[in-house]
Amino acid sequence: MEAILETKDLSIAFGGHVAVDSVSVQISEKKFTSIIGPNGAGKTTLFNLLSGQLSPTKGSVYFKGQDITKLRTTERTRIGIGRSFQITNVFPNLTVLENVRLAVQSQAKVRYQMIAHFLHYKRFEQKAHELLERVYLNDKANSLAVNLAHGEKRKLEIAMLLALETELLLLDEPTAGMSLEEVPAIIEVIKEIKRQGDRTIVLIEHKMDMIMDMSDEVLVLFHGELIAQGTPEEIVENETVQSAYLGGSYHEQLT
Amino acid sequence: MNIRSVEKSTWIFIIFSLLLFIVPFIVTGRSMQFIIIQIFIFAIFAMSYDILLGYTGIISFGHVMFFGIGAYSTAIIMNNMDATVLSFFVAILVAVIIASIVSFIVGALTLRLKSHFYAMLTLALAGLFLVAAEKWRSLTGGNDGFTFRLPEILRESHNLYMLCLIALILFFFGLRRFTKSPFGRVLMAIRENEARTESLGYKVLHYKVIASVVAGVVASIAGVLYALSLRFVNTGVFATDLTIDVLLMTIIGGVGTLVGPILGAGLVEFAHHWLSGLSNVHWIFERWIILYGTVYVLVVIFFPLGIVGTIQSKFTNRTVKGLRDNRKTVGK
Repeated sequence: MEAILETKDLSIAFGGHVAVDSVSVQISEKKFTSIIGPNGAGKTTLFNLLSGQLSPTKGSVYFKGQDITKLRTTERTRIGIGRSFQITNVFPNLTVLENVRLAVQSQAKVRYQMIAHFLHYKRFEQKAHELLERVYLNDKANSLAVNLAHGEKRKLEIAMLLALETELLLLDEPTAGMSLEEVPAIIEVIKEIKRQGDRTIVLIEHKMDMIMDMSDEVLVLFHGELIAQGTPEEIVENETVQSAYLGGSYHEQLT
Repeated sequence: MNIRSVEKSTWIFIIFSLLLFIVPFIVTGRSMQFIIIQIFIFAIFAMSYDILLGYTGIISFGHVMFFGIGAYSTAIIMNNMDATVLSFFVAILVAVIIASIVSFIVGALTLRLKSHFYAMLTLALAGLFLVAAEKWRSLTGGNDGFTFRLPEILRESHNLYMLCLIALILFFFGLRRFTKSPFGRVLMAIRENEARTESLGYKVLHYKVIASVVAGVVASIAGVLYALSLRFVNTGVFATDLTIDVLLMTIIGGVGTLVGPILGAGLVEFAHHWLSGLSNVHWIFERWIILYGTVYVLVVIFFPLGIVGTIQSKFTNRTVKGLRDNRKTVGK
């Protein structure tokens, strides 16, 4: 199996606190990998290291065999690592359509064109509409992003990520803070991407039931350390995971 | 270009610009024409500031340095060369070159410095230029400044009016297109959320530097025209008061609207003229700067979007939470 993303001994410390501790992991290409772990386990921090928001104190990250530890966020996006954010991160005073259009424009590499009118690129707008259709947000295309409900912002976030058409999708709790009725729609979108089979998806999730039937592989983080890796079935049976995470005091966080 | 695809607002602007061509035939008084010329010049200056503040979200307190560079380049070149139209073109060229180099360097500094640190730095840099203009007496004549000669054709108030008007129209439509280009859209994305723009794959620094250069060059042209209209230059063109004036024009008119700054320039200049004219009615009008301060505070509190912005939001019903927050940091 080809590994599209690989970390070697990846660590980051904030002061004395080691948030991610020597994580060495391989993410297989075109597979669905989930990262689980209790709050404060370092899941989002690991994502930030992978997408370049943070740089590690130790260790390195490889994308398709290339060392990308030193690359900035912009460059990582350009070579094919896209991510969504757990804390909604959109352009508040632009319309929903414009939010997605900017992502489409970046994907089409129209970056420094300053003479032509932006509507000259009709296909960007069309594609943005298509993407909004996919996440069931097209009826809100002309509202400002700041006026969206929380769940709708999460959908917008996913549409922007899809627009980038990156090979690797890093999804940071895409359903966090959504109302229960909205969750199935988003899961459907993610399953749809998985079904197409041409992308590698890495997902952080709290809801155990959701990832169990979708994931090809599950990583378990605990106190910044990778304590287990395997298929969902193996993870459920793993004793370390059971004692550290699935059982005992952390149980309530899984539901 | 297909004529039907032209936006409706473009037609309105075209009609307004045509009307402005008739004005000098109706308003023949030299002093009134002079005020209108000043409005055009400050409108260009304020628009360039709007590119930074309203579109890219860069707060600069030293934008006046580019204005001053333009004014001094013109004055020094016209003073040392023959008063011909050719040397006027040389002056424009020199102003643009110096302004683009300086604005490139200043823009590149946004890499290291964020928001208020950057604002402070630009304030200091503008101060540096002010001191240079004061001390380099052989070239600038120090504090008192100097007058210079102009070719016959540029001395005529009517011609100057037309020149400034054409410059205003060109820059207005040029910058309008600039802000509506895919590039301009990215600038607005940077204003809204810089980190997110980066993670979409845009190199934010490039955009900031280009925005800074565009704003700097346009401001320097405003400076060129300013020196031309006065036929005189002194260190006042580097004074922080001018930056504050232009900030006020942009905010009263409406940040991020481009028309707003033009309107703001008109209001501020006319207010200045009329209020100082009222000085024999009551002494407070002589101290019009006090009134300015009051107006400024009231606008920031009650009309954070400015005139044009408020009208626009009434029409499009857009909310402005983020913009409002931006404005507060500016207001400080």
